[in-house]
Amino acid sequence: MNNLLEVNNVSKYFGDFKALNDVSITIPRGSIFGLLGPNGAGKTTLIRVVNQITMPDSGSVILDGEALSQKHVKDIGYLPEERGLYKSMKVGEQAIYLAQLKGLSKAEAKTRLKYWFERLEIGDWWNKKIQELSKGMAQKIQFVVTVLHEPKLLIFDEPFSGFDPINANLIKDEILRLRENGATVIFSTHRMESVEELCDDIALIHKSNKILEGKLLDIKRQYKINTYEVGIRPYNRALLEKELSEKFNVSKANFRTLEDELKLNIKLQQGEKPNDLLSYLTDKGEVSHFVELIPSVNDIFIQAVNNN
Amino acid sequence: MNHLPLIIKREYLTKVKNKSFIMMTFLSPLIFIALIAFVAYLSQLNNDKIRVVSILDESGLVKDVFKNSGNTSYNILEGMSVEDAKMLVLETKGYGLLHIDDITEGKLTSKDLTFYSEESPSLTLISNLESEIQSELTLQNRIREGIDVEKLKASRVNIEINQESFEGEKTSKVDSIVKLIFGGAAGYLLFMFIIIYGNMIMRSVIEEKTSRIIEVIISSVKPMQLMLGKIIGTSLAGITQFVIWIILGSVLMTVASLILGIDMAQMETPQQQVLEQAMENPEVNLQLQNMVAAFYNLPLTNLIIAFILFFIGGYLLYSSLYAAIGAAVDNETDTQQFMLPIIMPLVLAVYIGIFTVIEDPHGTVSTVFSFIPLTSPVVMLMRIPFGVPIWQQVLSLLILVASFMFTVWFAAKIYRVGILMYGKKPSYKELIKWIKY
Repeated sequence: MNNLLEVNNVSKYFGDFKALNDVSITIPRGSIFGLLGPNGAGKTTLIRVVNQITMPDSGSVILDGEALSQKHVKDIGYLPEERGLYKSMKVGEQAIYLAQLKGLSKAEAKTRLKYWFERLEIGDWWNKKIQELSKGMAQKIQFVVTVLHEPKLLIFDEPFSGFDPINANLIKDEILRLRENGATVIFSTHRMESVEELCDDIALIHKSNKILEGKLLDIKRQYKINTYEVGIRPYNRALLEKELSEKFNVSKANFRTLEDELKLNIKLQQGEKPNDLLSYLTDKGEVSHFVELIPSVNDIFIQAVNNN
Repeated sequence: MNHLPLIIKREYLTKVKNKSFIMMTFLSPLIFIALIAFVAYLSQLNNDKIRVVSILDESGLVKDVFKNSGNTSYNILEGMSVEDAKMLVLETKGYGLLHIDDITEGKLTSKDLTFYSEESPSLTLISNLESEIQSELTLQNRIREGIDVEKLKASRVNIEINQESFEGEKTSKVDSIVKLIFGGAAGYLLFMFIIIYGNMIMRSVIEEKTSRIIEVIISSVKPMQLMLGKIIGTSLAGITQFVIWIILGSVLMTVASLILGIDMAQMETPQQQVLEQAMENPEVNLQLQNMVAAFYNLPLTNLIIAFILFFIGGYLLYSSLYAAIGAAVDNETDTQQFMLPIIMPLVLAVYIGIFTVIEDPHGTVSTVFSFIPLTSPVVMLMRIPFGVPIWQQVLSLLILVASFMFTVWFAAKIYRVGILMYGKKPSYKELIKWIKY
């Protein structure tokens, strides 16, 4: 089994509103899977279906080769976007309670908590109430509670919100470490730079439909725009500009250079090779900058959503 | 995985360890006893003040009947005009003036009697005066008409009808009173319990929503389990509180009466006087014995079993509704519109219990409402002391259990959807829609 989770043709209606329309996604074992989509697209509904909070009207979910059932609760760790803890309960008590709900024994929960609390430097909060802690501290505890039972599948919905950059980085490293230890991670966020940084695979949900899914690199190739960012000090500026605009699809580029240079984005036609462009350019001036423009997740996101 | 015991334990412990819960548990009986002591002290203060009532009897018919008693003393005025008497009472700061007009012929009637006072007089005082004058005048009339008063007294007969059911079960008026007290207490206890702890369940559901922990919890637990755990845990906390109240209340009562014992014995309210007089009366003493007998006459086994079953059934029915309301809203202020349909049948049940069950415990109204699930626990509990056929009790209980299961199903639906809905106040129409989700 190469796939940890398979969502097959899942649909879900709320009254007349279709929240999920025949959505299928496949999440490879050991991957960090980015679940993207605009607000209200149906991401949260899909995550809730996987967590058995919401029952799908049709379709099935397969976790680790088995149809999803109540016993899989202990295999999933879920950090929802709308999250919180019992405000008037003590940190330790609360974490043990939540771990017990995930099937850990009290003693086991205690040992693991001690380890995690030390790891994330939250040792002396054990007897404090949540309402006495800052938001960032509470978020750390929430993170620990999510991963404590060492689930196969971790689902993080906007995990970095509420963290300062230092702690966000700490959590990011922990997520990567958990993946190395064998966990599969579903990662839902609007912060595209973290998708870029963390995700191996992505799926894009828009208006209740899945409109894109695959390896991040494959998708990037698919959305390749054959455009190169060029910086050049031309021998004859006016002539080169004229020639280029006749031969290629050219637009103004914007990046930092030391000298006053001609900065352009040049789009190649089907069959044209970047090397030919480069050798053409070297004849016309000093080339200081030649970079292929790779579409960012952000660009792909906007383009895919607009095309639909 | 069955997490129910775990959830119940958490709900129970958080409730019991909550500071305001502890305060309520231990302060309420104290406050209650203090209040009683305070009221007792106040009425004593009030009783210490002697009211001076002046009487100006120009007819001369009744001036001898007024005898100083308790906190009222009479001052008989003679040989002055009404205006002078008024001035005198006002100057001496007397309580008031009863003026009885001179009658030249015929009888003393209401229009001849006037009470003057600065403020409106005490109702008890006026009716005391009225009854004194009334019995004196009646006596005078009888003597005038030549009726032998002694014979009249001796000829008075007191009867009491014995009651017996066709099966030969004997009852009496006293029995009915004892039954009423029992039924009323049981019904009222359930009513109070539902209101106090139902609200507590609702608040704890709202708390989970506002603290946003709910989604974390229900990714591990079925909403139904969470709801049942909450209801049971809170109820256990409620029972704990009730038991502590009863124990603490009786201990404090004993202590208070020991410390204030002398004071309380000295306290002579009019009611107590009546009671004391009554105690001396052998007839009433007999009635007291009857009461004790009536208590043992009650279908006690039936009563206790029915009390437990109907209490649990009724409480669970209502508390699942409270849980559903908590799930439907975001904060406590929004609960108002949904509270009415819950409170209404509850209040209705108590009123039906008080007004119709007393009058006719087996009449159509009482019987019908002791089957309707939302009112049946209270009404049936009030009816049972009067003897309700077992088949009726069982049928009513079955209906209650069936509707409890329906309500839990219904509440769980609303609960399941509602706990994940934030930021909007749902209408009834939306609640119905949620059921289909």
